[in-house]
Amino acid sequence: MKALLYRDLILSVRAGGGFGLGLAFFLIVTVLVPFGVGPQTELLARIAPGILWIGALLACLLSLDRILALDWEDGSLDLLATAPLPVESIVTVKALAHWITTGLPLVLAAPVLGVLLSLPLPAYQWVLISLAVGTPALSVIGTFGASLTVGLKRGGLLMSLLVLPLYVPTLIFGAEVARRGAEGLTVQTPLLLLAGISFGVIALLPFASAAVLRINLR
Amino acid sequence: MNLTVRDLAVTRGGIAILEGVSFDLSPREALVLRGPNGIGKTTLLRSVAGLQPAEAGTVTGAEDRIAHAGHSDGLKAMLSVTENLRFWASVFGTSDIEPALAAFDLLELRDRMAGTLSAGQKRRLGLARLMVTGRPIWVLDEPTVSLDAASVALFAEAVRAHLARGGSALMATHIDLGLAEARVLDLTPFKAGPRARAMDEAFL
Amino acid sequence: MSLWEYANPVKFIRTTDKLLPWLWIAAVACLVIGLVWGFFLTPDDYRQGSTVKIIYLHVPSALMAINAWMMMLVASLIWIVRRHHVSALAARAAAPVGAVMTLIALATGAFWGQPMWGTWWAWDPRLTSFLILFLFYLGYMALWEAIENDDTAADLTSILCLVGSVFAVLSRYAVNFWNQGLHQGATLSLDAEENISDVFWYPLLVCIAGFVLLFIALVFLRTQTEIRARRTRALLAREGQA
Repeated sequence: MKALLYRDLILSVRAGGGFGLGLAFFLIVTVLVPFGVGPQTELLARIAPGILWIGALLACLLSLDRILALDWEDGSLDLLATAPLPVESIVTVKALAHWITTGLPLVLAAPVLGVLLSLPLPAYQWVLISLAVGTPALSVIGTFGASLTVGLKRGGLLMSLLVLPLYVPTLIFGAEVARRGAEGLTVQTPLLLLAGISFGVIALLPFASAAVLRINLR
Repeated sequence: MNLTVRDLAVTRGGIAILEGVSFDLSPREALVLRGPNGIGKTTLLRSVAGLQPAEAGTVTGAEDRIAHAGHSDGLKAMLSVTENLRFWASVFGTSDIEPALAAFDLLELRDRMAGTLSAGQKRRLGLARLMVTGRPIWVLDEPTVSLDAASVALFAEAVRAHLARGGSALMATHIDLGLAEARVLDLTPFKAGPRARAMDEAFL
Repeated sequence: MSLWEYANPVKFIRTTDKLLPWLWIAAVACLVIGLVWGFFLTPDDYRQGSTVKIIYLHVPSALMAINAWMMMLVASLIWIVRRHHVSALAARAAAPVGAVMTLIALATGAFWGQPMWGTWWAWDPRLTSFLILFLFYLGYMALWEAIENDDTAADLTSILCLVGSVFAVLSRYAVNFWNQGLHQGATLSLDAEENISDVFWYPLLVCIAGFVLLFIALVFLRTQTEIRARRTRALLAREGQA
């Protein structure tokens, strides 16, 4: 398992694009929003937490089809399936690698991009915390979507259609934490619910992902 | 422990292609599958390796003992030759990759990125992967594709060494490897008559 | 005589062929009676006027939108556990019907909401949940269409249906939470059953029965179509033409 994680991390750094692509996309989305809604500072400050969450979610979505499709194309996935490694741990490691290369950089970049959107000062820590708690769920749910569509030619669009509705609860609670934090309200309830979703999907969804991956591999 | 295949039936794309295939493969033995294109060699090998369920029949003695090499080599272009092999070695719980590098004449290429290798060199690396798995049964699907005569000889030598160590090999190939001891199984007699899969017969 | 006998495709077609005419008659009768009764023979609501009468389309379709998904969930479970083809195909057959029911519920809701609330759409928890449900239907149908192998498609969509059900429930609660956060309690309540009087209630019941019968008839018909398509492919395969 360690070897698989290590290989995926090395590949994402070396393969040119895998690592920085999500971040660049996040930056571009954040830059485009003021062009769309106008440069008023108060308006941007109000919608900033939501924009940061949407941007992170889309950046995450962008890189999902790389999780399994590359290994599928070059035959590695077949070989992994015959290796003494349960499929459950393969999908878990894949999700973890995706989070480290995509989710974690997004979390760290969010405060910097918050400056561009004149994010209110008290909101910084809550944007950071909500993304740190919520993005693992995005990676795990995304791995489920990637497992569902792995055998399909041009499955990327279909995967977006399948994954985005599954992202709704995470997005709602995550953005709610950030928004309440920005307005100085108490964030305890949505934060607990967000953490609940994250832990729940991390604990249970890999079994569903492994099941669909097995079906797709046969 | 033998690999035993009894009355195996396989399907491709919902159509039965082979039925009633039976054979035994004991240690130190090689079995070559023959038959025209489309007879189902690849599908049969994938079923034996456990990559796809058989329609009927049993495969015993295969669990966690098979190293399968299909049409694609499972190599990462952005990893070096040694990194590729080390990865598969650690996935299969072994560590020594030097014999595999030596056997397939990859020592000079060891630090090259796999993406910069020629097709034949990639194939050799893909076959070297079999050695680092430490698995006793090699299941090989057209292993000599894009190999030149010298490399085919290297490969035959590696198979022979594997057999001598008590391993066995099951392969589909058209080229004569010069493995005199290998048995040949012609799949043509096992061709399934035109019919739908058993699962679909409920609809008829 | 077991219920599972009807999981045999041939037996299923034979039985439903006998049932379908009666189902159609009953469905059309219920719908005509319920709608005519509801539209023309009930008084206008003192507050909402005649706009209230769209309830006879809105409530039944909304009920069926959810029940269709429930039926797909049960059918998916049966496929996963017992691998009866009819079950998987029935789930596939129900999805477009459920999606259309969701659309009808959303559209009639918009027509009702426009005069009542002064807006076609509001991000009310219920409305939002139905929109999300519609997205789930779309994804489910798209996955069925995308996969060539029938059994693989049945397996994958079944698991998607199970996972999707969990997330649909999660979304429902999340949306409730989110909207309260915005509006200090729901201002747009649709709990019609609580304050509805018998005059409106009986024709509504007939309409609901009509929608249920219509749904069953449509699912039977569409399942028959799926079975026959599958049978055609199996026959072609046997003749070696596929």
